[in-house]
Amino acid sequence: MVEFFTETYLGIVLVILGQSLLVLIPLLLALAFLMYADRKVWAAVQMRRGPNVVGTFGLLQSFADFLKYIVKEIIVPAGADRFVFFLAPMLSFVLAVIAWAVIPFNDGWVLSDINVAILYVFAVSSLEVYGVIMGGWASNSKYPFLGSLRSAAQMISYEVSIGLIIIGVIISTGSMNLSDIVRAQDGDYGLFSWYWVAHFPMLFLFFISALAETNRPPFDLPEAESELVAGYQVEYSSTPFLLFMIGELMAVVLMCALVSLLFLGGWLSPIPGLPDGVLWMVLKMVFVFFIFAMVKAITPRYRYDQLMRLGWKVFLPMSLGWVVIVAFLAKFEVLGGAWARWAIGG
Amino acid sequence: MTAVVFVFYLFAVSTLLGGLMTVLSRNPVHSVLWLILAFLSSAGLFVLLGAEFVAMLLMIVYIGAVAVLFLFVVMMLDIDFAELKAEMAKYMPLALLIGVVILMQLALALGVWGFDAGAAERIAAPKGDMENTRALGMILYDQYFLVFQLSGLILLVAMIGAIVLTLRHRTDIKRQDVLAQMFRDPAKAMELKDVKPGQGL
Amino acid sequence: MIAQDLQVILPEIALAVYAIVALLAGVYTGKDKSAAMIVWITAAVMAVIGLWIATGSGTNAAFGGSFVDDSFARFCKVIILFSGAVVLVMTQDYMARRGILRFEYPVLVALATVGMMFMVSAEDLLVLYMGLELQSLSLYVVTSLRRDSVKSTEAGLKYFILGALSSGMLLYGASLTYGYTGTILFSGIIEAAGDDVSIGLLFGLVFLIAGFAFKVSAAPFHMWTPDVYEGAPTPVTAFLSTAPKMAALALMARVLHEGFGGVISDWQQILAFLSVLSMFVGAIAAIGQTNIKRLMAYSSISHMGFALMGLAAGTTFGVEAMLIYMVIYITMNVGMFAFILSMEKDGVPVTDIGALHMYSKHEPLRALALLVLLFSLAGVAAPMLGFFGKFYVLRAAVEAGMTWLAVAGVIAAVIGAFYYIRIVYYMYFGQDREPLDAGGGPILWVVLMGSALIMIVGVINMFGMEPVAAAAAAALVN
Repeated sequence: MVEFFTETYLGIVLVILGQSLLVLIPLLLALAFLMYADRKVWAAVQMRRGPNVVGTFGLLQSFADFLKYIVKEIIVPAGADRFVFFLAPMLSFVLAVIAWAVIPFNDGWVLSDINVAILYVFAVSSLEVYGVIMGGWASNSKYPFLGSLRSAAQMISYEVSIGLIIIGVIISTGSMNLSDIVRAQDGDYGLFSWYWVAHFPMLFLFFISALAETNRPPFDLPEAESELVAGYQVEYSSTPFLLFMIGELMAVVLMCALVSLLFLGGWLSPIPGLPDGVLWMVLKMVFVFFIFAMVKAITPRYRYDQLMRLGWKVFLPMSLGWVVIVAFLAKFEVLGGAWARWAIGG
Repeated sequence: MTAVVFVFYLFAVSTLLGGLMTVLSRNPVHSVLWLILAFLSSAGLFVLLGAEFVAMLLMIVYIGAVAVLFLFVVMMLDIDFAELKAEMAKYMPLALLIGVVILMQLALALGVWGFDAGAAERIAAPKGDMENTRALGMILYDQYFLVFQLSGLILLVAMIGAIVLTLRHRTDIKRQDVLAQMFRDPAKAMELKDVKPGQGL
Repeated sequence: MIAQDLQVILPEIALAVYAIVALLAGVYTGKDKSAAMIVWITAAVMAVIGLWIATGSGTNAAFGGSFVDDSFARFCKVIILFSGAVVLVMTQDYMARRGILRFEYPVLVALATVGMMFMVSAEDLLVLYMGLELQSLSLYVVTSLRRDSVKSTEAGLKYFILGALSSGMLLYGASLTYGYTGTILFSGIIEAAGDDVSIGLLFGLVFLIAGFAFKVSAAPFHMWTPDVYEGAPTPVTAFLSTAPKMAALALMARVLHEGFGGVISDWQQILAFLSVLSMFVGAIAAIGQTNIKRLMAYSSISHMGFALMGLAAGTTFGVEAMLIYMVIYITMNVGMFAFILSMEKDGVPVTDIGALHMYSKHEPLRALALLVLLFSLAGVAAPMLGFFGKFYVLRAAVEAGMTWLAVAGVIAAVIGAFYYIRIVYYMYFGQDREPLDAGGGPILWVVLMGSALIMIVGVINMFGMEPVAAAAAAALVN
């Protein structure tokens, strides 16, 4: 029986499939409740009640929405490029899902423990822009196209600073493996050993860039509803729209996971002595998601030129400068090698 | 057929298909999308070779940035491709002739493919059992340090060039001075007046 | 190890660092207001580095043999640096008055020069390519520096596209070479090639030469030259026709002799073919030209043909003849462009040859200097230095047993003499027309006169250049 799963192709494929489902299903379920939480937080800030009809406290609201989306009719605008029009939401969804293949939830709890994990996540998240551009272009309509153009420029701009911030972390760790990055943050001082202390300003830069990268408010210009109706999603309805929405939210949660892994110590326990474990990882992700939701609720939308200015004239020089500083701090092992934790990484 | 061979053929075929359709596609946007498929598949081929770092770079740089800009430009341009193609058709026979001649010559050259004697020793040896990202870094920043720095200078020139040829300082627009806005003193910016009823200011 | 390597490329580092500092200074100070000063400082820095290099000696290799500093490289670098400095100095005033003197111009010229210095010192295909790209990219930008003029931008675009094509060919040749020899070092290639190249390696060689021919504008890869020369701002044309030619030819000589020195007979024919074609295309096509910049373009194609003749000889003396020819050609060209830069009427630059009618009546001294330069460019009359340049390459061809090539060269030179002498005819015997302004500053005057004087005085002993060139050639060919 064991041979079947380790020797034959069919067995190996089945094992991989099973592992993937093990990640995917809890993730999708969690997504439903995170969606609900997002709306509740937003409502609470605005002193509304938020969803409260379906299920106790409206807990099942997301499932009701889900049902509604899949039973509605799919409308394709006249003159749309049908192939690309349907490819876009699928791409958006698939890319958001496959990035999770390298995210470790606990020591060893990772689908694919590859050397260049962080680059892989970065690469996949940089591809997500295609869903938006293709969707906007294929709709053959003005607002979606404007939205997609904005999105392309915005995502490329903020990718640059995300990349540079990640380089700082990689220099500190000496490895691009996400598990190694988390292990490098293990220290005697609990939560003060994590990278959010060593890379303090970068935590905020990364978080803000992540907001821009995932088109979340205050950087939701691609879908700015007050000017572009719904941006690149205007012409989408029913299941394709659902795929876009899930893809978008999944990308947000992925960013929460990345912030937790890179700066908040992943599955490590904040207090020395308490056991590490998957629970910490989940708690940290939920915490970061809560901040995401709060930002959405309390900030006004940026103007487009201000967004570009922030990306290129503030974040890029700061993160670039930080890479240089970290390189020096690591090379000369300042403060007992707080920035040079290569022993763990390899 | 092992799984690796199967995956190799999958990526190889889709690379070729992507390249072919890039050229043949009538819609320029589709061309770019096919090009992206070709990039993605070649990234897959790199992974099969065990060069995962190069594969990821290909994805980040070429697909994530370069191809997006291509797409951006192609979507914004309004080019009559039929006209361009008609223009091209005029020179097609000559181009075909030259192409066929060169192809045949190359076939001749590649037909006798073989390393010269002793080529095996001259090819750089793999750097021990290092993972390839590290090995790449060792070579790039050590052996090819000079070339690496020169490429930096080339990029600097490209940047200067882009600025010299396109940047125009417009004087007829109002610019936003962010720092001035941030350091504005509310006490000086507004004045509170006590308006008596029926009198006005 | 790295410290020693850096020691060897110190002049290049100095110039590159200077370029970056100048760029920052330009951005953070007066922008284009400080441009004139940056031009002067750049020229001074280049001249100083030239003197510094001239004092070097011996053969120093660096970076695992991919860079070499030998007397051949030093000879070429000195010529490149000095001609660049002179061109910068003499063009500053012209550009300032046309309002195109931007502070990036000297910076880009300095970076192009860095590229050329690496080109002539390259000992492997990667450094070669990087140097070449650094030089070309800077030149593309300065070509379209007058960005409001359609001609200038068109010239830049044409130059860029054809340059990219030629770089592609070069790279293809380089990859074939690497594929068949398994190395990018010239020293490894010559070892692998042995006495008999395989057909695959031959293809690599042909593609490499085609790429180089584009860069030196040898026929049949010369199509870009007239348009680029005409469209580019005249100061840039002056720069294009001097230092980059030297660098590209030196690069070609190095690759052929150090990488393929064992198989001279294989590339000799290709070079001889390029040489004959360039000489005749340059000489015949120039006859119909009325624009002096286009005329100079065809003139440079023809001159490249002669320089390639020296290289085609495949001997040490051939390389020496090529070096001497290039030095003389560059000196003449600098003088010619000093004159072209001063051609203007009512403050507007003139490039029509017809404007030179009866020039001798209004400006006898300038006309005389121009006469000397033109005769020297034609190279058929004995008492000018230009004749000796031609004499050396012809002798090299004859000594290498390529008498037919030398005969073709003489015929081409006679045809080419026609259009140079036609200008002389206009100046002294043409119809009387409205004269040109007495334009141009004192710098241009000095450069023009100096260049003409060198053409005459140099006949005595060529300022002792011959033994230096011979030593440089000997360092390359062994």
